[in-house]
Amino acid sequence: MNWTLALPEIVLSCIGMAILVFGVLRKQDSTLLSTMFTIGGFLIAGLLVLTRTSGFGFHGQFVADPFSAFNQILILSGAALSSILALDWNRTQGIARFEFPVLMLFSTVGMMIMAGASNLMTLYLGMELMSLALYVLAAFARDDLRSSEAGLKYFVLSGLASGLLLYGISLVYGFSGTMDLTALRELLVQPENASPGLVVGIVFVMVGLAFKVSAVPFHMWTPDVYEGSPTPVTAFFATAPKVAAMSLLLRVMGTSFASLVGAWQILVVIVSIASMLLGAFAAIGQTSIKRLMAYSSIGHMGYALIGLAVGTSDGVRGTLVYMVIYVFMTAGTLGCIMAMRRNGRAVEQIADLAGLGSNDPALAMAMAVFMFSLAGIPLMSGFFAKLYIFLASVQQGLWTLAIIGVLTSVVGAFYYIRVIKVMYFDPPAQRFDPRPPSLSFVVAATGLFTGFFFLLPAPVVAAAQAAANVLFR
Amino acid sequence: MTAATNAAGFPILSLITWLPLVGCLVMMMVRGDEATVASNARWTALWTSLLVFVLSLVLWVRYDPSEAGFQFNEQVAWLPEYKVGYSMGVDGISILFVLLSTLLTPICILSAWEVIQTRVREFMMSFLILETMMVGMFAATDFVVFYVFFEGVLVPMYLIIGVWGGPRRVYSAIKFFLFTLTGSVLLLLALIAMWLQAGTTDIAVLLHTTFPAGMQNWLFLGMFASFAVKLPMWPVHTWLPDAHVEAPTAGSVILAGVLLKMGAYGFLRFSVPMLPEASAVFAPFMFTLSVVAVIYTSLVALAQEDMKKLIAYSSIAHMGVVTIGIFTFNVQGISGALFQMLSHGIVSAALFLVVGVIYDRIHTHEIARFGGLGDRMPSYALVFMVFMMATNGLPGTSGFVGEFLVMIGALQVNFWLALLGGMGMILGAAYMVYLYRRIIFGRITRDDLRHILDLSPREWAVFAPLIVLTLWMGIYPSSFSNYFDATVGAMVQQHAAALGGASKLAGILPAAGGITP
Repeated sequence: MNWTLALPEIVLSCIGMAILVFGVLRKQDSTLLSTMFTIGGFLIAGLLVLTRTSGFGFHGQFVADPFSAFNQILILSGAALSSILALDWNRTQGIARFEFPVLMLFSTVGMMIMAGASNLMTLYLGMELMSLALYVLAAFARDDLRSSEAGLKYFVLSGLASGLLLYGISLVYGFSGTMDLTALRELLVQPENASPGLVVGIVFVMVGLAFKVSAVPFHMWTPDVYEGSPTPVTAFFATAPKVAAMSLLLRVMGTSFASLVGAWQILVVIVSIASMLLGAFAAIGQTSIKRLMAYSSIGHMGYALIGLAVGTSDGVRGTLVYMVIYVFMTAGTLGCIMAMRRNGRAVEQIADLAGLGSNDPALAMAMAVFMFSLAGIPLMSGFFAKLYIFLASVQQGLWTLAIIGVLTSVVGAFYYIRVIKVMYFDPPAQRFDPRPPSLSFVVAATGLFTGFFFLLPAPVVAAAQAAANVLFR
Repeated sequence: MTAATNAAGFPILSLITWLPLVGCLVMMMVRGDEATVASNARWTALWTSLLVFVLSLVLWVRYDPSEAGFQFNEQVAWLPEYKVGYSMGVDGISILFVLLSTLLTPICILSAWEVIQTRVREFMMSFLILETMMVGMFAATDFVVFYVFFEGVLVPMYLIIGVWGGPRRVYSAIKFFLFTLTGSVLLLLALIAMWLQAGTTDIAVLLHTTFPAGMQNWLFLGMFASFAVKLPMWPVHTWLPDAHVEAPTAGSVILAGVLLKMGAYGFLRFSVPMLPEASAVFAPFMFTLSVVAVIYTSLVALAQEDMKKLIAYSSIAHMGVVTIGIFTFNVQGISGALFQMLSHGIVSAALFLVVGVIYDRIHTHEIARFGGLGDRMPSYALVFMVFMMATNGLPGTSGFVGEFLVMIGALQVNFWLALLGGMGMILGAAYMVYLYRRIIFGRITRDDLRHILDLSPREWAVFAPLIVLTLWMGIYPSSFSNYFDATVGAMVQQHAAALGGASKLAGILPAAGGITP
């Protein structure tokens, strides 16, 4: 039993419990300290992920390979960025409690377990750990009606999705006799083992995971939860859990059920097209920028799913690169949204951005970079994300996906450039409050990544390639 | 001739491309009150763009016109696993457009010197970024790099129209952005398909790659979607009049001068040489659209009440002549198209500046508001006259050479094509002379025109180089056509060879190879 493979998760959990004890015992407010410890924990976990060896642990329950490492690092980055964003926000909104970073930490542990799962049961456990912490985080502003609503809504719908997933897992187990992902893969190499019950089970598993990446038609919770949750939680929702769920989709569909690609590919194609279309068209009418970002993330998941639908190593690499770029540009955008505060109150209408170009040129420029990137305009990272995806889909002759993808990206560009229009073309409104340094740091870091990704794309692409190769050995 | 290209060993094209961004950095670092920042931004932008122009003259001097291929080549690995490199180079088709871009940028900056008073620094930065994108696009010898710059142009232009434009600027800016983006993404798909087919995106290799005939048609349509919008061809031209009317003068100048050439450049660089069979198949279709554009937009121009709209429609008509020339596939036609593009780049840019001069004084583009300006502004009337004649194609001006060559080329294809395409010259003379009469001749009836001032020294500095170039190109065209003769000749030969014995073009091919002036 090679338990050291799970060392990052174990260490991170221990740090989490230690912070809990520390927070309870310390009499003064310890939010800042526990956030710092949490970020430190993420860093340590990241280092451990990078230095550990590959292999299976816990009797094949858990796997450490370049694919899981890639996703875990990305999850940790998303979580760390969200924690930094939360620092100042929670204080000014009066919801600063030391449990907040701890909940983020445990949720992150759950996601890391998801990324390292090589058994359907591990997958489920990781996902529940992630979700439980997320329910509380969504409702963290407990005096705010919308936040409570977001938490409750996410709880009910996510519970339903978990039930579907569990039902799917039980069907798969019942018809195949194993929950081990590698064993399933070997079993399904013989087509006669793919009984109809197993295929139904796969569909249920896919539904459960599609809920977590908020792909159409399982997206209904997204706009309300994004809008209602405290904005740092929205940033967290939009980044890390998406990566974890996407990595599971890739691993489960791309390895275990790879031989049944004919059965599930059409589903992924439909879900992907529906997500792109809904993400593009439903966002047009939005007035709240947080809801806009919710629909935008639905659309982006549609693009990322193209890579899965392609079902090749190039496709998976495309999806992984897409996720990296998506995490950084989304975290940056939500950082900009968090800077939208007047007299201590957060505002979140698109119209509130009016004249930001002259009120705060630096913030407006960062926001413009993110918007052009989300729209996929070249030189910004978002273009390269789409480029790799479309490249893979054209390579496999999936022209429908590629054409719908580029056309919806034009529709999407409409509302992204409308945000830029509000910032630069409209007469200035009242200024925002001064930005806290933590927020400026996140926006600057992610903005530089987004704006200058084109200079050196090779390391990210090479890492994604190494990760994708694992699935297609 | 590599010895003559990069003998100094320094990447001249990259320097020209990226130097404007250094100017932007300098501007960003300036601190102080608004007036200091503004004046600093103006001077930094002017000096940067002048320096870039002087550097680009190195290309003019060191380019070897007898060589058909790319020169001043640079190559850096960028996405090695995809065989995509950051590669730059110019050949006869692109070199003059690089020069056109570097020439027009300082002129635009100078023309916006006093007009732009709000957010001067951002304006100048947008222009320098735009220069980087334009030069990079013409100098790229890798399809992906080309595409990146091609679409990147949208961003600064969108801001220039939207921030510093007229009353309906938001509508126009968004329309401009979405029209061009829709076309561009389809080009992206064509690009990807070619990339996968050829295994590389190096333009020099793609030029000698044969694509299957069935695939060529789809690729052609994908490229057509992008280049036709950018050009713009009828019926996807509707963004252009809006964009021109609302854009600030400098924006219109660069839009007419360089951005419209990007579409035609795309046809010349990609569609015709890489997809010879599809180009031949679609040539009648292109001719039809071009002829419709020439006649229809000329008639529309005749009815305009707004000066900028009138010149915008005349641009569409002139670009129609360019597409006729490109798709004749013979030396005269393509040379004529190139010459017409260069001439139009200078003349239409100058015409927008001419409109800008009186707009700065009276703040309207409405033709009816003017009249009798000749009395108060004799130098202005003279400058206007030069460019009006040039756009009509008066012999001795640059406009004549291009249109004349295109007509020769078109005559070899089809008499009716030449006749209908040539209608543009007659109609063009009609609407331009009519415009000139309404603005310059007659008596001054409006009070605010009685004290209007003639050209200032700064405005003379803007117009002087353009007048010189217009006459130079008209009187001694071979000092320009010299640059692209070899490249065009090679391209036509290769096109004819690619079509081989294709019987459907039997009528065109002998002429293409045969007649040499």
